[in-house]
Amino acid sequence: MTITKKENGKALEIALEGRLDTMTAPELENELHTSLENADSLVLDFAKLNYISSAGLRVLLSAHKIMSGKGGMKVTNVNEIVREVFDVTGFSDILTIE
Amino acid sequence: MKEMTVEARGENVRVLTDWADAELERLECPLKAQMQIDLAIDEIFTNIASYAYAPGTGSATVTMDYDAESGMFSLTFCDSGVPYNPLQKEDPDVNLPAEERSIGGLGIFLVKKTMDDMRYEYRDGQNILTLMKKIS
Repeated sequence: MTITKKENGKALEIALEGRLDTMTAPELENELHTSLENADSLVLDFAKLNYISSAGLRVLLSAHKIMSGKGGMKVTNVNEIVREVFDVTGFSDILTIE
Repeated sequence: MKEMTVEARGENVRVLTDWADAELERLECPLKAQMQIDLAIDEIFTNIASYAYAPGTGSATVTMDYDAESGMFSLTFCDSGVPYNPLQKEDPDVNLPAEERSIGGLGIFLVKKTMDDMRYEYRDGQNILTLMKKIS
């Protein structure tokens, strides 16, 4: 998985490419752990993300909780496979997906 | 039928998904079904790697098979760790708000939702879990 980070003031945008699974979820967790401290809002761009496993969902949930106390978190450009994972797990109702 | 035995360690998820992907590409499996099968391997094998032999180590044997007539692809995971039937695990409540969410059990739940069938048996000291997915 490749993580690409763009910071615009306190607006943080992170684009993911590849697979957010058991092996790669800790990489995103570490990145967010350091980056979210100075961020007011977060956009996760999933345009090039192939799929997400439960380990990835865990990281998204904790980021969502951190950001809901600030300017919020948005997930964009979700593909069909990731969308289905969000739908069956009820994450579609929790996350802001655009 | 193809078979692979690996040590039940998290990093071998990639070895197994690469192995399955090569076979699924040969079978001209649609990309969506391939990704769902990869996801299932991630969830199931990670569980085996984390719990089956803890705190020790052991191995897992995975076989894959394809029935051209029914279009059904099957994956069977065998380990000789502690008996565990993931199908008996209660489904998580997916309607809870974020604050009340615990994430346990979501992995197995996802596999149940994306595969066409799952079977479990404990035989000769082995957990045998079979996943079935129609790919054509």
